[in-house]
Parts: sequence; C-alpha cells; structure tokens
Amino acid sequence: MSTSVGTAPKVSSARAAAPVRPRGGLRAWATRAPLLPALVFLVAVTQLPFVATLVISLFDWNSYDPDARRFTGLSNYATVVTDPALQESVLTTVLLTASVVIVSVVLGLGLALLLDRAFFGRGFVRTLLITPFLLVPVSAALLWKHVLYNPEYGLLNGAWAWVAGLFGDTDPAQPDWISGMPLVAVEAALVWQWTPFMMLILLAGLQSRPGEMVEAARLDGANSLQIFRYLTLPHLRRYLELGVLLGSIYIVQHFDAVFTITSGGLGTANLPYTIYQTFYKAHEYGLASAAGVVVVIGTMVLATFALRVVSSLFREEANRA
Amino acid sequence: MTNTTVTARATDGIARRARRRSTALGLLAWVVGLGFCLPAGWMLLTSFHSEQDAAANPPALGAALTLDGYRSFFERGGDGPWPPLINSATAAVLSTVLVLLLALPAAYALSIRPVRKWTDVMFFFLSTKMLPVVAGLLPVYLFARNTGLLDNIWLLVLLYTSMNLPIAVWMMQSFLADVPVSIIEAARVDGARLPTVLGRVVAPIAGPGIAATALICFIFSWNELLFAGVLTGVVAQTAPVFLTGFVTSEGLFLAQLCAASVVVSLPVLAAGYAAQDKLVQGLSLGAVK
Repeated sequence: MSTSVGTAPKVSSARAAAPVRPRGGLRAWATRAPLLPALVFLVAVTQLPFVATLVISLFDWNSYDPDARRFTGLSNYATVVTDPALQESVLTTVLLTASVVIVSVVLGLGLALLLDRAFFGRGFVRTLLITPFLLVPVSAALLWKHVLYNPEYGLLNGAWAWVAGLFGDTDPAQPDWISGMPLVAVEAALVWQWTPFMMLILLAGLQSRPGEMVEAARLDGANSLQIFRYLTLPHLRRYLELGVLLGSIYIVQHFDAVFTITSGGLGTANLPYTIYQTFYKAHEYGLASAAGVVVVIGTMVLATFALRVVSSLFREEANRA
Repeated sequence: MTNTTVTARATDGIARRARRRSTALGLLAWVVGLGFCLPAGWMLLTSFHSEQDAAANPPALGAALTLDGYRSFFERGGDGPWPPLINSATAAVLSTVLVLLLALPAAYALSIRPVRKWTDVMFFFLSTKMLPVVAGLLPVYLFARNTGLLDNIWLLVLLYTSMNLPIAVWMMQSFLADVPVSIIEAARVDGARLPTVLGRVVAPIAGPGIAATALICFIFSWNELLFAGVLTGVVAQTAPVFLTGFVTSEGLFLAQLCAASVVVSLPVLAAGYAAQDKLVQGLSLGAVK
C-alpha cells in the first residue's frame, strides 16, 4: 500500500524551510527517534499480517484437513475470480457502498443546508441529528432489525397499523421488510447511521464559506439557486470529496450491519462478511486469504484516488502553515 | 422623498418575507431532526416499557414506564453484562493510552520539528488505515491460536492500538502544527527545557485537540466488532460481541434488548455529545477546520 506514498506532494511550507532542522548524523537521529516506536509498531501489527495473508493465499489449506496443505500457486485466485458467490459479493459490496455513500451525502447536504442558518434551538437539533452516528453500530443494527423491521411488533408495521386503524382498516398489510427487500433494509440502516457524519463535515464546510462573497452576489441580484450552484457547491467540493472518501473507506469494510441484520443471507453478503465466513465457518484458509488480497487490490484503486484528494487538502494546510 | 418611502416599504416587505421563510425553514429543521432521531428515541422509550407493552402492535405509546428492562439486563445469567462491559472499557482505555504514548512523539516529530520528507511519512501512516481489516484477520487469528492469545484482552488492546494509531498521528499532527514555532523558540531562548516547553507551551494550545483524539480512539475501540468477535470467546468477550449473542440465546426480549443497547451506547453518546465540534475535525483527519 505504501507504493502510493510516492505521489505525496512536495511541500514547501515555511516551517519545513525554517532553520530548525539539525544536520549531522546524531542530531538527525534525535529528530527521527520519536517517530520510530509508532512506525515499528504499525509495520509489525498491520503490514506483517498482510504479508502472511499473501503467503497463505498461495496454499491449498483447509484447517479441517491440515495434512493436505500444499503449495498451489495462483489457483486460489482463479477460484476467487470464477466463484459465483464471491462475484456476487463483489457486486453486493459495490452496490452497498455506492448507494449508502450517495444517499447519505445527498441527505447530509440537505440537512447541512437546513442547519446553516440561525433558528431557535439549532444546537439542540444538531445534537438530535448526530445521535444515530453515535450509537454503537451493533446496537443500531439490532435496533433496525428487531425494533423497527420486525413484521409482528416492529415500529414500521406498528405505525402503519395505527394509521390504518384511524381509517377503519383493522387488518392492514404487514410486510416482512428484511426478507422482502434485504439489501435495502441493510442500506437504510447504514444511511441512517452515516447521514449525520456527512452532515457534520458539510456543515463545517458551509460555515467556513466566506460570508461577504454571498452577500456581494445577492446584491448583484443572484437568487438563492444561483448562489448555491455557482458559489456554495464549488466551495463545498473538497468537503463533498472528503465525505465520499471517508464514507467509502469505512463502508467498503463494513461488517456489523450485514452480520447482524441478515447474517449475510438473501444476497446481502459483502466481501468482508464473505471472507469472514470462508475462513471462520468454512475454514478455507487459502481461499479466504486470496479473497482478502483481492479486496486489498480493490481498495488500493480506491486509495490511490483517495490519497490524491487528501493530498490536495493537505497541500492547502501545508501552505497555510 | 416618496421614492425612498417606496423603497423602504419594498425592503420592509422583502425582509418580512425572508423572516417568514427563515421561520419555516427553522421549523422544517426541527421536524427533520426529530424524525431522524425517532428510531433512537423509540429505542429509549421501549427500554422503559414492560416486555408486553414493548411488543404491542399498534405501538403502546403511552404505556406505563418501568425499569424492568434494565433490571433484567443487569441480572442476566450470573454476572450479567459486567464482564463484557469491563472488557470493553479495558480494551478501549488501555489502547487509547497506548495510542497516545506512541502518537504524541511521532506527531511532535512530524509537526513542531519536522523530520525530512515528513509528508511521505504521514502518507505511509494513512495508507495503513486503508488496508482492509479483514485482509489481516486470518494470520492474526492463527498467531493468536498458536501462542495461546485467543480470548485474551491484551491481543485486542494491541490490535485496537494499531487500528487507531494512524488516525491519531494525523489528527495530532494537525493540532500540534497549530502551535506557533516562534513561541516555542522564545521559550527555549528564555532557557526553558523540553519538558517545560511541552507542559507549559504546547499542552495548553494542543490540549483540547489531543483530548478529542483520545475520545475518537476510545469510541472506535468501544464499537469494534469483527476482531473482538473472531478473537475473543468467553473470558475476553466485549460489549458489542455480548450484544450480538444477546438475541439468539434465549428468544427475544425487546425491552431488555433496548435497555442493553442504551447501556452499551451510553459511554459513546456521552463522549460524542460533549465534543461535537472536535469530533468532526478529528474524523476528517484534521482537514476541516
């Protein structure tokens, strides 16, 4: 993953140029020393396991049958690429990530625009809005599965029954949401959790927007829509990118809601869940590792794009410093 | 003269219309905010209902309130939820302390007296965060099994530390970079030694940011499920794992489940409400200020 490091921008901040950097071996090591514990620790705990995953991915290894372990080269990868279940989970991962990120960014933008104006109790409304994001993900998933979606006593059907009752319908339809639309059920729960996060980032972006510019545009006769299209949206671009980027990194890896709400059934198994099953339940170590490596390659594509976005943010900060 | 009155009246009308629109949008924000929070509010309400009222359809909105859900949650089994809660607290607190111990010197080296190529080092830290957790899970599991570290809270402490370290370095780099170098230089010229400079100059300026970093590390560790689920079993089980096992074991008790979810989420909710602004800043890796 560290290959992308080379794309880091050459930063010429005032600070880096300041004459505080000591020359000479001993003093250079003295400035570097504080970095080493963190670097060594990270390499040992995150990079070494991945190297091990790479090695295991080249073996045919099922822990139920440990004597049959043998080197098979790239055949696990061939299986991974042609396995319909895995192909489906790749598709599920893409669908899940894209839909959750897009919907929560759009909703988050709407909420951020609503909150970007003074009104009575604004701080309190913001606090209400971030609550979904602060629930422990497993609790949130359990809440959706049992308290909201349950066909017999869930709030969704309960509220529907109550509304129908007002109109004299004593036996309204009570759909089973999770088996009826499993992927949408998982997505709805995730959108609910991630919209507040997007809202917070975009709200910070809106509040960093220079007020005079909007004022000037308004005096020149621009209407709200024009101001939004030509001033607000370009200003928010970095923040939108950041939200999409961070949201994608977290949701591609998401496990909790899939595990809790559907247990990966009914076509909702994403890659992390499928890999978890392949090694934890099926004990196919070689295959699981190969799938893991494939996920890493996919994430690298995302990450290369991501690092570019972050580096543009970073450059601004470095210039300012 | 008449001209100005007309303009004044016109602007008055525009202002009134703008005010009315702003009130409407404020109301809309309230409605949306309440609607968004509704599922969580319903969970809180249900946690205070009896099991019978919790499972009522249509929902029993005005049912009597009771603490039975919480009582039965805390009296579950022998020790109740305490061992998992204590495990989660241990893992989250210890790993946060470790993260701070490792990240503070690193961030210092990257911001106040930056090493050469400091941006490259920063990007290396961030790139480890983009490595999907699941790609390293199997080797960690095999390592733990062969060394007898399965079901051991210390393994989780180490893993959570590595999980949060990159974010912490990024956040703290940005918070420490806020400390003007000239102040540090001035203090040193006045003869202050490094510990004094750190304690008297750096800590007051970067302190709130460092606290926010600690908070975010705590939240992520407290929430984590995948590692904890695979690597712990009975002894070292954490609160999220306890929650997932909650439902399948002996049927469903809705009020009790809601009480459990509220209790497990409470530390994170309290911490998050207390530090809303810093939370965004931290989660966006210090980029949004």
